[in-house]
Amino acid sequence: MRVNQVEVPRDENGSSILDLARADIAESSTKTRNCAACPGSGSGSMEFQSPYPDQVLENVLENVLHFLTARRDRNAASLVCKSWYRAEALTRSELFIGNCYAVSPRRATSRFTRVRSVAIKGKPRFADFDLMPINWGALFSPWVAAMAKAYPWLEKVYLKRMTVTDEDLVLLSESFPCFKELVLVCCDGFGTSGLAAVAGRCRQLRVLDLVESEVDDDDVEWLSYFPESQTHLESLVFDCLQFAVNFDALEKLVARSPSLKKLRLNGSVTTPQLYRLITQAPQLTHLGTGSFGALEAVAAGDQEPDYASAFAACKSLVCLSGFREIFPDYLPAIYPVCTSLTSLNFSYANINAEHLKSVICLCHKLQTLWVLDSICDEGLQAVAATCKDLRELRVFPENPNEDVEGPVSEVGLQAISEGCNKLQSILYFCQRMTNAAVVAMSKNCPDLVVFRLCIIGRYRPDAVTGEPMDEGFGAIVMNCKKLTRLAVSGLLTDRAFSYIGKYGKLVRTLSVAFAGDTDMGLKYVLEGCHNLQKLEIRDSPFGNEALHSGLHHYYNMRFVWMSSCKLTRHACQEVARALPHLVVEVIRSQGERNDDSVEILYMYRSLDGPRSDAPQFVTIMQ
Amino acid sequence: MSPESTGTARSAMSDVTELNLKETELTLGLPGTNNITTSSKRAFSETTVFTPTSSSTSNPAPKAQAVGWPPVRASRKNAMRGCKYVKVAVDGAPYLRKVDLEKYESYDQLLTGLEAMFGSLTIRNHLGNGAEYMPTYEDKDGDWMLVGDVPWKMFVESCKRIRLLKSEASGLEIRRTELKLKEKTCGN
Repeated sequence: MRVNQVEVPRDENGSSILDLARADIAESSTKTRNCAACPGSGSGSMEFQSPYPDQVLENVLENVLHFLTARRDRNAASLVCKSWYRAEALTRSELFIGNCYAVSPRRATSRFTRVRSVAIKGKPRFADFDLMPINWGALFSPWVAAMAKAYPWLEKVYLKRMTVTDEDLVLLSESFPCFKELVLVCCDGFGTSGLAAVAGRCRQLRVLDLVESEVDDDDVEWLSYFPESQTHLESLVFDCLQFAVNFDALEKLVARSPSLKKLRLNGSVTTPQLYRLITQAPQLTHLGTGSFGALEAVAAGDQEPDYASAFAACKSLVCLSGFREIFPDYLPAIYPVCTSLTSLNFSYANINAEHLKSVICLCHKLQTLWVLDSICDEGLQAVAATCKDLRELRVFPENPNEDVEGPVSEVGLQAISEGCNKLQSILYFCQRMTNAAVVAMSKNCPDLVVFRLCIIGRYRPDAVTGEPMDEGFGAIVMNCKKLTRLAVSGLLTDRAFSYIGKYGKLVRTLSVAFAGDTDMGLKYVLEGCHNLQKLEIRDSPFGNEALHSGLHHYYNMRFVWMSSCKLTRHACQEVARALPHLVVEVIRSQGERNDDSVEILYMYRSLDGPRSDAPQFVTIMQ
Repeated sequence: MSPESTGTARSAMSDVTELNLKETELTLGLPGTNNITTSSKRAFSETTVFTPTSSSTSNPAPKAQAVGWPPVRASRKNAMRGCKYVKVAVDGAPYLRKVDLEKYESYDQLLTGLEAMFGSLTIRNHLGNGAEYMPTYEDKDGDWMLVGDVPWKMFVESCKRIRLLKSEASGLEIRRTELKLKEKTCGN
């Protein structure tokens, strides 16, 4: 796109943006003239030292682009022409790196020089399920080192599945005087010493969220390191910590954090302690309750605090979670807040249907619900009856073994589909399922964006008809026109994949396990799913021919994971040679293997070639 | 008191049980391993074997299950009853894995499980069977102990992480001899 006609706005003094841009002229003198955008430039003589119009444009652009926030829009803008590329690079303040190995820290910080907020994702999701050794990579160190030099004004860091060390956290706390938000999701490698550094030195800290991360107990009381004066804390989340925190320090911290809105406690915080905290922080909007259990020491007749009143005083509470060791008799304490709740996480609470019903019947505004399957189909029916606004449901298995009778089934799924028509996202673990229920959901919940069904028994067919689950998943991709994320399970033939390839045109993330018959299955997907970006497959009979059929698409993807499939090293090497910007990792997760078979293939596009920090058990094919 | 006093007989038995379970286990293994073909017909007939029985009551040996299946994070499993994941490091090998101690009921089962997880290693049990690796663990107090020192349940409760050391470590040789002597005198 060429911009030939530029209407230069003038103010009442006659000065134009040209004059305002004059200050930038010195910088522009080394630029080559972009003649097409410069009227009358054919003469070559320059008595009037006006700034080049493309320089003007760049300034205008910068001012406009500041308002462009969506990543996709920015990426599109940067492709228009060099001048737009430059302007966009200067104005991007939020940097998102979907795969930490797709680009080097140096390249990222060179292009984007004025970043305030960084999000980086590391390991592939299947690493969460122990499918590869822990020390595979995704180190935060090189990133924090580069950012310490490049982004002195950095305010926010969001990391997912990265290995972060205490030293990294110390460097972070020392390098960014304006630092405000640290969110670590599914991270590991650090402990309380690192947390203490952040707490102690980041004086502007507003958010410290540790979500599903593994934190080591270094015996440092990190909560005591926050400054003694009032803090700016708005969010403090540490429910994933497996060890006790200093309650005294916590209580004092909460008391001097008037802006605190989100507080998620870990299981070491007892119910009486919870009481003390929420009575001091009734302004909370998000609360993770800690254990919510009963102490053995509380004898009958002892005066227990009035938990219900404490909850009733929290008039702004919209999100409740925790319940790590729940004592169901305490449930009535939360009744006062149920009517305002939009989000409820009971996924650590092994409560039965009766318990759930007593709570859920009040939760008319609920949009997000995470539960354990201990609530049974009956509990799900109660959810369907009340939660008409439900958008997201996750049902986790209390007993994740394969040969047990499951408490939830197709009955629960059917009920939810009938009661919760606005459902957008579902994750459902069960031991038995039918195509009919899945088809029903595909028709009753047209807004589904995420459909993840996990039938725990591998290769389980339809529990009633004995058929494969092909038709059910086929209906989902056919009827749910907004579907972008899909996880399949149960007995599935190549037919299921032909449906996915044919109808799953918007699918970006696909997760496959113990499914399919032949290479055709994967071929259907690679040839049909034009928007596919993330593909994770395990224990499925897809081989070299199928791998080859995706060559046209791999550069458009963030990653492909294939483990325990039928691939050979030779075929992986061929892919690496055909696609030089694809990093093809073959990972050995156990013992020595001298044959050509591939245990794990993990491949991803990268601008900077193979990484230099690959451990011994990773071979990068070239 | 050590559950391994019945020694080899017990481990042989658990090996047999393990083996039988492996036969019926459904896996799509890698090419080159002796594994089943993958037509859907075969898969279907095998699922009838797999229908849930009421065997959730007593199952002495650990059921052979696929690693990382179902896809529930260790942190979530750990939080529920009956799950305890600890890290396992192997001397000289770059592997770092996690193992769920609650899945096992004895030291023998654990060591067999570890050997299976790490492929070609052989792990010595504390009676000394000439294997290359010595299993050690860090307990709640931060001390490094020999695996097998304490009753199984106590071990599960106090173990924080496991490390398989190469058997040349002389300090452990002495420890092992001490332990043997102790057992002989206590008649456990």
